[in-house]
Amino acid sequence: MHEPDRAGDDLILSVEDLAVHFPVGGGLFGRGQRLLRAVDGVSLKLKRGECLGLVGESGSGKSTVALSILGLLAPTRGRIVLDGQVVTSRPSGDRKALARIVQMVFQDPYASLNPRQTVRRTLEDPLRVHGVTAKSEIEDRVATMLRHVGLRPEQADRYPHEFSGGQRQRIGIARALILNPRIVICDEPVSALDVSIRAQIINLLLELKETLGLSYIMISHDLGVVEHMSDRVAVMYLGRIVENGDWREIFERPAHPYTQALIAAIPDPLHHAPLATTGGDLPNPLNPPNGCAFSPRCRYAEDLCRHEPGPALETRPDGHTVRCWRSEEISAMSAALASSP
Amino acid sequence: MTGTPLIEVEDLRIDLDDGSRRVAAAESISFRIDRGETFGLVGESGCGKSITALALIGLLRPPLSIGGGVIRFDGREIQHLSAAAQRDLRGNRIAMIFQEPMTALNPVSPVGRQIAEMFVLHKGKSWREANQLAVEALASVRVPAPERRVNDYPHQLSGGMRQRVMIAIALACGPDLLIADEPTTALDVTVQAEIIELMRNLCAERGTAILMISHDLGLVANVCRRVAVMYAGRIVEERGSADIFSAPSHPYTQGLVASLPRLGSRAALGRTRLKEIAGVVPAISHFPDGCRFNPRCTQATDICRTVVPTADFLEAGGLVRCHHHA
Repeated sequence: MHEPDRAGDDLILSVEDLAVHFPVGGGLFGRGQRLLRAVDGVSLKLKRGECLGLVGESGSGKSTVALSILGLLAPTRGRIVLDGQVVTSRPSGDRKALARIVQMVFQDPYASLNPRQTVRRTLEDPLRVHGVTAKSEIEDRVATMLRHVGLRPEQADRYPHEFSGGQRQRIGIARALILNPRIVICDEPVSALDVSIRAQIINLLLELKETLGLSYIMISHDLGVVEHMSDRVAVMYLGRIVENGDWREIFERPAHPYTQALIAAIPDPLHHAPLATTGGDLPNPLNPPNGCAFSPRCRYAEDLCRHEPGPALETRPDGHTVRCWRSEEISAMSAALASSP
Repeated sequence: MTGTPLIEVEDLRIDLDDGSRRVAAAESISFRIDRGETFGLVGESGCGKSITALALIGLLRPPLSIGGGVIRFDGREIQHLSAAAQRDLRGNRIAMIFQEPMTALNPVSPVGRQIAEMFVLHKGKSWREANQLAVEALASVRVPAPERRVNDYPHQLSGGMRQRVMIAIALACGPDLLIADEPTTALDVTVQAEIIELMRNLCAERGTAILMISHDLGLVANVCRRVAVMYAGRIVEERGSADIFSAPSHPYTQGLVASLPRLGSRAALGRTRLKEIAGVVPAISHFPDGCRFNPRCTQATDICRTVVPTADFLEAGGLVRCHHHA
């Protein structure tokens, strides 16, 4: 890792024009092979101490972005700058250095812990791999970390099956934090938990962010959770960012028709009203639609949207970016609707 | 509502035989659903909501069994029907859709055949007629190009399309009751909205009642007219769906409503710490005495630890099981 990036010291992560393409199918000598553009030109910035929410439907490329940042997937194009260091375009040499900067909390606390290892072993292993060998230091760090996540140090010698789902997720968080990373990617950290346990984990994540000075990328399909936790929100659709902005902008004045559709699809518990529907599924990423990728499902789509190759991501004066041909007209329409009695 | 309710459950108990003893996985379950009504059962995993549904449709299998109580369907007791009589009801008058359509559908049979089967089994149609009806059924759940899609296998369809096929199978014989167990949990929100609207509209057109089971209180409150909240094998509160969110009465329901980050609340009130419900859901083998929520309840007193609360009927309608309810 070299080439320190001095542009903007408060930036801890910058993803620049990231693309991850997978060859799919094909016969002998690669004939008939097609290209799946899982992520296609994604740029993101994460500031120190902030939480960036990443939303979009399954297949939109959220997890592929996460795996690239973790260095677990080699990008086809683009670069990732982590804490001033460029990490892309390298197969796996710097995995260890990378692991000390960015870690991940997984969705399923049952599948993501080794059932045959005690909690102590799960937390010690990363320390040993990273050169911490003094027994007392290891013990101290494990105990401190368990306390940080709301467990007792004497629980360290238990196995995952002896814990409830919420406690297991606390162990998953402890494992992610044991190397003191700067960034934590939380991939659906509460979706697999019982509803009455979710608030505990959300509160814990927010506390740890403050006390340990962490930055988060929060991947979730639960917009309530994203709104609660995020400072900025990026919305992905079919491998691209379609909207990116301050959380309040995204939730109060969503500009892209897809973001509007996502928010409108959330059931309102206080009203027995029909849910707003968009029509159609996420298109096949091997055969993306002509024009704007959302146009087949978009209620505002016109000829331009269906035929011109996708619009560029346009930045508004307030820093809110939108990828839509008609976003200005749509905003004007929404504003007119909101002000009419 | 007057007349016989469509479904009437009275004091139902479901036993779990763990080899050495029988424990009640669900008990004192009572509710009724009228014709064409929408009713929701909400709770966390292990609270007994899904096994209650399986009991209604006669699909409880060992180690689970009905340990007591009555299930009346259209005025007739059905909890002890023969297997043949249960098969007659199931699929025909009571139908069910499940969370994961991929595992509920037969992977080696074209979807059209799986729909047509319903007409052959329950309506005595020939396969020829049934295949034609299957195309119509697929069209009614708005699957595009149904005459081609009937030949597809489940793996060729998206999750949303598979759930549409499940709905087509479930509604094929015009059942009186559709049980939907977490029908959209595996789906994205925009697809969820499609499926819910489809289910809601088709059932309203045909007068089919819905029993919806979910952990998502917000979704159930939006879809159903009345909601029952289950905790550790018992119904703790049953209310009109608007009331359960705006004025929950049981401390567990209150905790659930307050613990969820609701869209728009941060913009309105700023980011406040979410209210946590302390502790964990108890395992079936370790249900506490008295009110089963008492170890996690902030208002618990001695009586809560020893005496099982009875159902109190609320003035505003509905009922709650709590010694100290609001």
